[in-house]
Formats: sequence, structure tokens, C-alpha cells
Amino acid sequence: MNETTLEIPCEIPEDARNPVEPFLRMDRMPHIWCAGCGIGTTVNCFTRALLDSKANLDKVAVVSGIGCTGRVAGYARLDSFHTTHGRAIPFATGLKLANPELQVVVYSGDGDLFAIGGNHFIHAARRNMDLKVICVNNMIYAMTGGQTAPTTPGTAITATAPYGVSEPTFNLASLAEAAGASYVARWTTYHVKQLARSMEEVLKRKGFCFIEVLSPCPTLYQRRNKMGDGLDAMKDYKAKSKVRNGAPTGECALSMTGEIVVGKFVDRERPDYLELLRAQMTETLGDRYAEPEVSCCSEG
Amino acid sequence: MHADPKGVLTGVHFIDGDHACCEGTLAAGARFAAGYPITPSTEVVERFASRIPTIGGIFIQMEDELAASIAIQGAVWGGAKAFTVTSGPGFSLMMEHIGYAAITETPCVFIDVQRGGPSTGLPTLPAQADMMQARWGSHGDYGIVALCPNSPQECFDLAVTAFNLSEEFRVPVMMMLDECVGHMTEKVVIPEAESIAVTPRRYTKRPPAEYRPFEPMVDLVPEMVKAGDGYRFHVTGLTHDERGYPSMHGDTQDRMVRRLQDKLKPLANGRALCETEDLDDAEVVVVSYEITSRVAQRALQAARRQGIRAGKFRLVSAWPFPSARIRELAGRVKAFVVPELNLGQMALEVERAAQGKARTISVSHAGGTVHDPDTILEAILEAAR
Repeated sequence: MNETTLEIPCEIPEDARNPVEPFLRMDRMPHIWCAGCGIGTTVNCFTRALLDSKANLDKVAVVSGIGCTGRVAGYARLDSFHTTHGRAIPFATGLKLANPELQVVVYSGDGDLFAIGGNHFIHAARRNMDLKVICVNNMIYAMTGGQTAPTTPGTAITATAPYGVSEPTFNLASLAEAAGASYVARWTTYHVKQLARSMEEVLKRKGFCFIEVLSPCPTLYQRRNKMGDGLDAMKDYKAKSKVRNGAPTGECALSMTGEIVVGKFVDRERPDYLELLRAQMTETLGDRYAEPEVSCCSEG
Repeated sequence: MHADPKGVLTGVHFIDGDHACCEGTLAAGARFAAGYPITPSTEVVERFASRIPTIGGIFIQMEDELAASIAIQGAVWGGAKAFTVTSGPGFSLMMEHIGYAAITETPCVFIDVQRGGPSTGLPTLPAQADMMQARWGSHGDYGIVALCPNSPQECFDLAVTAFNLSEEFRVPVMMMLDECVGHMTEKVVIPEAESIAVTPRRYTKRPPAEYRPFEPMVDLVPEMVKAGDGYRFHVTGLTHDERGYPSMHGDTQDRMVRRLQDKLKPLANGRALCETEDLDDAEVVVVSYEITSRVAQRALQAARRQGIRAGKFRLVSAWPFPSARIRELAGRVKAFVVPELNLGQMALEVERAAQGKARTISVSHAGGTVHDPDTILEAILEAAR
């Protein structure tokens, strides 16, 4: 790796602002994430994607479940909902159907989305619900102290598998494709440009979109497995990841030390839930079908 | 404000309690429902699924009750009036989201058509054994409202009331039917839309810069916003301050949780819904609700014929419980007789409110059938002795 020195000007002008500040609740800083954690990097990419997609920020909502990544909703200066453990997707489903002009982003972790919330993930993908699901996969339950997740690769040491994990893992990309997702991509927090571009891409398209982001957890996953710190994870991602756009998702399973296949795997057109609903109702009911108008009014 | 005529099926109908409930939700303005099939409650959303596409709204059958009970809350924050329907096992699964609705002050309605429990129990037969679960089923302290219709007509009327109370107090409201009331078919009169009062959502008129999502108004209830209107607000199930931001302070927790209970005090004190008869001279008062109140009616008539001064106190809102009314009665009657299809859940509450000033006689049955009116009559006779 090339040694680089970051030139920091001696005097930072008083009015200098980080360009992502307008997207964040600065009154909630500092955030809770550990040094070396990758969640903040993904949030940075998300703000770039919001900026580049020219999305109307009043019409973007973020829904999170519980866990380290679940805290993203609290820091994003958007309409944001920190829901219950595993239930970000069904909450987002109700939000989207009641207010279809919203761009609804589900931002949560691997344990939240694929263990306790796994059922909701596959059904939302099956319905092709117009949701953008960003899964920060740190391969562990981090908030609760580093227990085994359905993504923890075999033989890793966790708080609940002190002698090594023996269960097979989910291949999230393959699961998402099989369940019906319109768009499936995977990046790591090393791939900030590509990740931001993928996020921008899904913000501009319809249907159920899934982006998996591998992200370091130096405090728990790496420490217990003697894998170094956040920088070591970056070096590892750089060394082991291989961009294979369009790769069959079945060949993209992750392991503890093997190759990390990244890229955009799936990008297909399918009518989304509301389009299918409208088509079926119009077919059956004709002129009697009334477009959903669910908003209730306030007085006067 | 009155009901939107689009959802109001004005006329005289011969329908069951589940269907009448559905018509009540539509009259109240519900345009979003999420559900998961479970006997004996499914007819509510079956009718909604049939009615809503021509009215303009959404029904979605979710993958389980956990999903249904949180999807409705997403819909509420998107601007809808929304509800879900279930029975015992599904109600158990929904408990976490009743807590979420309580802490996030999300107005929504849960309809529970009670069947025999615990667990799968008696799927097709009545019980009233979810009464304490409705009150205390989610962890932590919070306030809720629970209404107890005893006829299809009341299923309609109280479904409208349920939505109105949920909007006024920003609380989850439970509609506690039982299998008998849900499946009983009777005449239901649905009035003109103009004569159905509908409580509007308490949307703020403040601009985003001056708005704090959980700042209580004079009645302790905060004003609402919905997603997409430029407020960039945050909602969390964590303990939060007036800004809606998470807080780890004991004083914030105590202030928030007390307010979640205290905002319902007007309902507990004075506005509690109940139906009473012959209380002026009563020496024995039968406290009942849902289907059991109709069985008790026969026992009350028989008691009066035998010269017993028996009075009726029917709980229409079981929660908040009308403690003050019961306490006042306890000072001047000999006893309360409480028949219910559980092993004495509301009887305990009557006993608590009576503070030892009158006896409480529980007439319990675990469900699967209704009481024999004579069993209730015997308890009245014993109480009068």
C-alpha cells in the first residue's frame, strides 16, 4: 500500500463545513459508533448519493431497525424512523404504501434484517415493494456485544460461539435474488465511490433494491478473531475483493478469509407492488377501481 | 368534522360483528389495513379487502402479525388512519408493537376478536381472556384504551369511537370483541356521513423550525406531522426527549412514561364509557362486558323478578378502567358480581377499585361457551343474602 500523508491546513477557517453536514443531525454528534467502524463511511456514501441523485430530501425517508446500523435513522436529517428489532421493512412497507411519493430507504444491519427480520425481507423482495434496502454487514451482532449472526462465517469466534461458529451462513445476495429483488449489489467500505454510485442508482430506480455493504467491526468481530483494527480491515478488503459485475449470486458466498466478490449482481425490471396492484384491480374492477388516497385530513 | 361519505355504507344492514367493525373503520376514515389470517377475526379484513379498492385505499395481507402490527404504524406516519385485526395468538405477537405505538404516540387501532387460550386454545369459540393482556401485554408502563362492544351495532359505533379516541389522545386503541360478538348477526344501522363525528389528526400548524415532535400541548398530547412534509423529524422506540431524540436520562424516562399514562386521565376520570341500569336502589351490581353482558342481562331481569335490587354496570371502555365510578358504588352496595369468560381478570380490577368497601364475587368460566344465566343469578342471590 502506498504511504500517503494527509496535508491538514494549520488553520481551519471558522466557516468551514463538512459538505455532508446538511444531511446530518449535527446536534446529535458525536455519534455512538466506535473508531474504525464502517457504518459512518456508508452514511458518508449515502449523503453523496443523496446529493448526486438530486433527490428532494423532503421526500426521502429512512427507516432503521435495531442495532449499530439501526442508529443511522437517528443521525440522518431526513424524516426518519427507528423502529423495533427486525421490523424496519414492514414499517417501511406501510409508510411507502400510504405515501407512495416518498423514497423509502431501509438502513439496517445483517442481524436485524436477516435473523429476526428475515421473513419480512424475503416477502418484501417477493412483492417487489419499492424499498431501497441498505444492509451494513459487519458479520456480527455488535450493539449487544458480538454474538453470532446468520452472516458470521464458519469458525469465527463470537461471544456466543466461544469455540468457533459451526453453522453455515446466508449468502445475502443469493437470498435477495432468489426472493425476487430487482437490484442486488455488494460493496465493502473500501469501495466508497462504487458504493455511493450504487446508492445513487437505487435512489433513481423503482422496485425492491438491495445493497450489502461489508463493514468492519474492530471492537468485536475483529478483536475476537485477531483480525486487527479498522485499517487492517480496509487492507483486507482491498486485497481480497474482486469486482465481478453480473456474477451469479450463487457463486458470491462470503467466507472468513476467502475472496470477496463485489459488484452489481442483479439489475432487472419487474413491475413493483403498486403497479401490480393497480393492474389487477383495473382488470377486475375497471372504472370502479379508485386509486388509493389514504391521507387523512386535519381540521380546517 | 364528519365522516367522508365515500367510506360510509349508510342504511340498515343485517351483518355480523366482524363486518360491522369493518364498516366502522371505513366510516372513521381508515384507508389502510394490514392483517394476517386468524380465526375468528379474519372477516373484518376480508370485508375491508373487498370494499377498499372502490373507495380508495390499501389492504395488505402481511407475512405475520408482527409485520401487520408495524405496517399500520408506518402507514400512520405516512398520513393514513390504519388498523389491524387479530385474535389471541396473533395478539400475543403484536404486543411489542402496541408498546411501540404507545411510546411513539402513534394513533392506530388493534381489533382483537377473543377466543379461548392460552396458546392455540379454542380457535372457533369465545373467551374474554385477553383483557389484562390488552392492558399490560407489552413491557413497560404505558396507557392504552380498550373498548368492549356487545353487539354488531356497537361494533360499528365503537370502531368509529376507537379511531376518534386514538386521534384525540395519540394512543393505540384496542377493540375487544369476543367470538360471539364477532360472529353474531344482527341489525346494524349506519347513519348518514354528516351525522358521524370523526376526530381529525392533530397535525401541527407550526413551521418546521418551531416544531418539536414530542412537546406536549396543554392536554399532554403532542401535535403530529407526517413524512414528506419537510419537517425532517425523528421517531424512535427509544426513550426520547421533546425533540424526539434518544435520551439515557432517568428524568427524561420518568417524564415521558408518566405523560404516556397521564394523558389518558380525562378518560379514566369521568369520560369512561359505561352503560348502567337500576343503580339508584341497587344492593348488588353486576359488572360485565362484551357477550357476557347480554347473558348477565337475563340474570338481572330474573333477579329483579325475585325482588332482588340488582343493578347493571356494563364496561364499554374496560381501559382506562372506571375506578372512580366503581369506588363510589362500593360505598353503597353490598357486592359486585363479575361474570366473565376468563378466570377473573376484570373481577380483580373491580376488587381493587372497591377498596374493600363491598364484596367482589367472580363468576368465572375459562371460555368455549357463554355462562348459563342461572349461574350468574345464583351469584346475585348469594351476594344479596
